[in-house]
Amino acid sequence: MKQFNYVITDEVGIHARPAGNLSKLCKGFASKVTIEANGKSAEATKLMAVMQLGAKKDTEITVTVEGDDEENAANEVEAFLKENL
Amino acid sequence: MEQLKGKAIFGQVAIGKLFFYSKEKQQVTRKKVEDTDAEIKVYEEAKEKAIEELSALYDKALKEVGEVNAQIFEVHQMMLEDEDYNDSVHNLITSQNVNADYAVAVTGDNFSKMFAEMEDEYFKARSVDVKDISERVIRILNGGMDMANLEEPVIVIAEDLAPSETVQLDKEKLLGFVTELGSSNSHTAILARTMNIPALIGIKGDASWNGKTGIIDGANGTLIVDPDEETLEEYKKRLLEEEKQRKLLEQLKGKDSVTTGGKHIKLYANIGNVSDLASVISGGAQGIGLFRSEFLYLESDDFPTEEAQFAKYKQVAETMGDKKVIIRTLDIGADKQVDYFNLPKEDNPAMGYRAIRICLKQQDIFKTQLRALFRASAFGNIAIMYPMIISVDEVLKIKEIAEEVKEELKAEGIPFGEVEQGIMIETPAAAMISDLLAPHVDFFSVGTNDLTQYTLAIDRQNAKLDDIYDAHHEAILRLIGMVIDNAHKNGIWAGICGELGADTTLTKRLVDMGIDELSVSPSMLLRVKKAIRES
Repeated sequence: MKQFNYVITDEVGIHARPAGNLSKLCKGFASKVTIEANGKSAEATKLMAVMQLGAKKDTEITVTVEGDDEENAANEVEAFLKENL
Repeated sequence: MEQLKGKAIFGQVAIGKLFFYSKEKQQVTRKKVEDTDAEIKVYEEAKEKAIEELSALYDKALKEVGEVNAQIFEVHQMMLEDEDYNDSVHNLITSQNVNADYAVAVTGDNFSKMFAEMEDEYFKARSVDVKDISERVIRILNGGMDMANLEEPVIVIAEDLAPSETVQLDKEKLLGFVTELGSSNSHTAILARTMNIPALIGIKGDASWNGKTGIIDGANGTLIVDPDEETLEEYKKRLLEEEKQRKLLEQLKGKDSVTTGGKHIKLYANIGNVSDLASVISGGAQGIGLFRSEFLYLESDDFPTEEAQFAKYKQVAETMGDKKVIIRTLDIGADKQVDYFNLPKEDNPAMGYRAIRICLKQQDIFKTQLRALFRASAFGNIAIMYPMIISVDEVLKIKEIAEEVKEELKAEGIPFGEVEQGIMIETPAAAMISDLLAPHVDFFSVGTNDLTQYTLAIDRQNAKLDDIYDAHHEAILRLIGMVIDNAHKNGIWAGICGELGADTTLTKRLVDMGIDELSVSPSMLLRVKKAIRES
């Protein structure tokens, strides 16, 4: 299991388009990617659930990656977050 | 076969598939389904079709309005592929034995509620997106077509169409339209005439007509739904006959619009968008007598920038070469509303805050448009026309602002050409003082639609009054005569850009009164030319 924290810098928060792209990205991994924010958690592949976390700017999210390709998946998700959110 | 009587806007025949357009939420009823696997397949197919539609919309929007505005269609595709959403639909179908559209409606409601309950405004607003994707799938499940993305040419049936909705219509796919509301002088009606499209008003549509064959008979104002073989054949013959007539008129192309007395009348065209240019050129217009600039504002989500306006005006000026292009400044207000102007609702919008009244109060909007217009004048023969004038004072203010704009451009070293500036005579006040206005302007163009509504005190949106709305009223003709005389006394020209200019039963009278210019819908150019040559 890999876990890391990330603070949202995007003005709108985790909004529809990056949430959609994140879900696409995570569907390509064997690992399960979970995002926790505001006391709720959502699977990263589920666009609407991720949006319902209501993660706004300055929200700290916790990303948990579990599975065969967790090392690589965690790196890619972290890179995605840094670039897009 | 069913026959319904309405009022014809454009007297020609159209035959085609009927498309019922409804703004209201579609009715979904719960039905019991035995074969749930088959129902899930039905849902999956509808979903695929919805995604295809969205992908086509994305491509279209990308080309027409750019990446930022197109993104929403990509997001909608992603939302439709959401696991939870799809699980919910599948579950409802299998566990409750319900029909696919019901399952989608329930799922859509639940998910949109979840978003609506969120605190943040952005996330709250996503509830609309969820509703939107659900309604798209439901419409497909019910066999409906997409208005902005029509697959084949259709006759559109609607309760009413707002100008902002008609601009969305794919003109290539529009054979005709039939609306329940609207009067023969509404902007939708004018649009029909401009686009040369048969249209009827005053007919209440029915959703069950969707996909059936229909005939618009513009000569007697009838809509025929599901015609029998014999009727269909008869109307197909009529269509061919109309085609033949059109070809006869074509022979007038390239001939001068000159009266039997030898006077040359300038025959110009009225247009509402750059896309109408083709019909102006094919109709042989000598210029554009009224280019309604509203489309720039109606098509946009925010005030169009100087650059965006400049690009369009330049395109028109260049396309028309040395021919005159008279562009009317912003005429928003009354029945043409644009959200981002944030205009409060008025009890009497036709007499309210509109057109030049907005421009003189919110001068930044006006100046942006004038800068774009003057800049474009370096690329062709542009003239500017100001709407809704009632006083000399307004004209002086306008000219002062125009001078400021010219000075600014000069100081910035931006070129502009010689620009004629004229006014529309569409209020009785302007007609009555046309002798005082004439020394300050280069031309008059009579807007007969508004002039008639104000002179006769008849709201042109009120269909009940259509029968007493007499465009040939002696009062109107006398006012026009007065305007022409006052123009000539001051050495300027006078024309008509309202519907009356295209009324061929009046052409001779207008010619006798001394009219210099007639500006008409592109579709009427050749017919009016014929009338001028016979006057």
